[in-house]
Amino acid sequence: MAKVLAVVEQRDGTLKRVSEEVVSAARKVADGIGGEVDALIIGAAGIGDAAKSLGTFGADRVIAVEAEALSSYNPEGYAEALAERAKAEDYFAVLFAATASGRDLAPRVAAKLDVPMASEATELEVEDGELLITRPVYTGKLFAEVTLEGSPRVVTLRQNVFRPEENPRQATVETVSADVDPTAWKVRVREVRAGSGETLDVAEAPVVVSGGRGLRGPENWGLLEDLAGALGSRCALGASRAVVDAGWRPHGEQVGQTGKTVSPQLYFAVAISGAIQHLAGMRTASTIVAINKDADAPIFKVADYGIVGDAFEVVPRLTEEIRKLKG
Amino acid sequence: MKTAICIKRVPDTEARIRVAGDGTSVDESGLKFVVSPYDEFAVEAALRLKDATGEGETVSISLGGSGAGEQLRATLAMGVDRAIRLDGEGSMDGLAVARALAAELKELGPDLVLCGMKAADDDQQQVGPMLAELLGMPCVTVVSSIEKEGDTLVCHREVEGGTEVVEVDLPAVVTVTKGEHEPRYPSLKGIMAAKKKPLEEKPAEGAESRVKVRRYSEPPPRPEGKVVGEGAEAVPELVRLLREEAKVL
Repeated sequence: MAKVLAVVEQRDGTLKRVSEEVVSAARKVADGIGGEVDALIIGAAGIGDAAKSLGTFGADRVIAVEAEALSSYNPEGYAEALAERAKAEDYFAVLFAATASGRDLAPRVAAKLDVPMASEATELEVEDGELLITRPVYTGKLFAEVTLEGSPRVVTLRQNVFRPEENPRQATVETVSADVDPTAWKVRVREVRAGSGETLDVAEAPVVVSGGRGLRGPENWGLLEDLAGALGSRCALGASRAVVDAGWRPHGEQVGQTGKTVSPQLYFAVAISGAIQHLAGMRTASTIVAINKDADAPIFKVADYGIVGDAFEVVPRLTEEIRKLKG
Repeated sequence: MKTAICIKRVPDTEARIRVAGDGTSVDESGLKFVVSPYDEFAVEAALRLKDATGEGETVSISLGGSGAGEQLRATLAMGVDRAIRLDGEGSMDGLAVARALAAELKELGPDLVLCGMKAADDDQQQVGPMLAELLGMPCVTVVSSIEKEGDTLVCHREVEGGTEVVEVDLPAVVTVTKGEHEPRYPSLKGIMAAKKKPLEEKPAEGAESRVKVRRYSEPPPRPEGKVVGEGAEAVPELVRLLREEAKVL
């Protein structure tokens, strides 16, 4: 039976939330071809239990590749283990999340399997037994609808686009050990710095507060930090290119072309005029709020809700109202 | 150390992109083309490594039609030593592109292959890691800074919410993001010198694209938004709309 393989992720032994998105998307594809969903997780011993809950989102089987050397992401070890599993069955498609590791891993696996792949899909549809993949190109200025001539079809899925949907079944867990030799690896992670696991990246956060040059200087970012704080722990800060180029904020926060593409449920553009590169990077957000002094700023053309006004007056009030609401 | 930099000719990132009449390609008329910005970061990274060690050769390579010669010249003007254009057409099939590049790179035998983390047109992040697989080299992606320590490179890698410090044995493929790689402007002297630097042209090893584009479309226009009001007085109404209408608070 044709199957779909959903490659899911863990961090420090805990299933990453994006896994639910990948399994939900895989379920839909599997239903389209009348097949089943295998969810594959790689990690230290016992990782299979962490993924058992994916039955809720439509996984028929969890395959856990367990090895101490694979407890955290390593490109060579993971690609090897994954390619082996992908070859073991007749998979119609292998789906990854377009996370840092998914983006790193999927092309290696595709190359090992000698199949073409599609990156950053925002829509999947099965039509006459073929997988139609919609994906943004030119940072979202256009969308391309593509098909892949090869099997399995390797696809990464943009985060926050495929919503987790419950479709419960009793997933079985199968544990396989991986025969890996870390001494042969040529890439070694020396250390992981900064708030990994604590600070949410702008590309994966469901709520983003971005600031532009209208904030006049890095010393005024406290304004946005307060707003982000009021919005809760799933909120991340973003920045326009002008702000990053001026050295006010790190490049990791840049939203738009040459920065990150984001699709949060809620996006605040504060004192950002809305250059085409910026709009391209955030226009797929579900709800966009713009706050800008200039009523003619292009950002208002894509915003669902706008306030024309000085960020220095509007944002503190907004923070206060949201705090009240979340009380 | 011999460093190869893979570059791509892409439309200027400021440009509005339109679908051509056939629906399956992009209307290139009137478009200005540039070196994909991420590839410029890769060129900068290569030049910095050469500056730091004071030795080595840098070679830029592009798969593309004759127009791509212009972008290769631009890399020579930045300071790259020589360039190779693989005459052929790129496509959205990263593996086909990687295959064409790998055929040439096997001959060239570089110690380091640098790529932009992705191309600014197709936005895929495929070619670098695929090249590494085809060449049997290790690969580090999305790297913001590189330092050479003997036969290894120490790379800082941007991951969700942090930085990974990774070491990789040479020869290797590294894909580059901006980080410390703010690209230099070519000097007048550099531009003059570039005219005399070698730009070799060879037929690309053909591999047909197995990614079939059925159609391109413009993103659906976002529904007309509303300006809730002016100034801080509009905030309570905004919060009400976000909670009750958009249901996001």
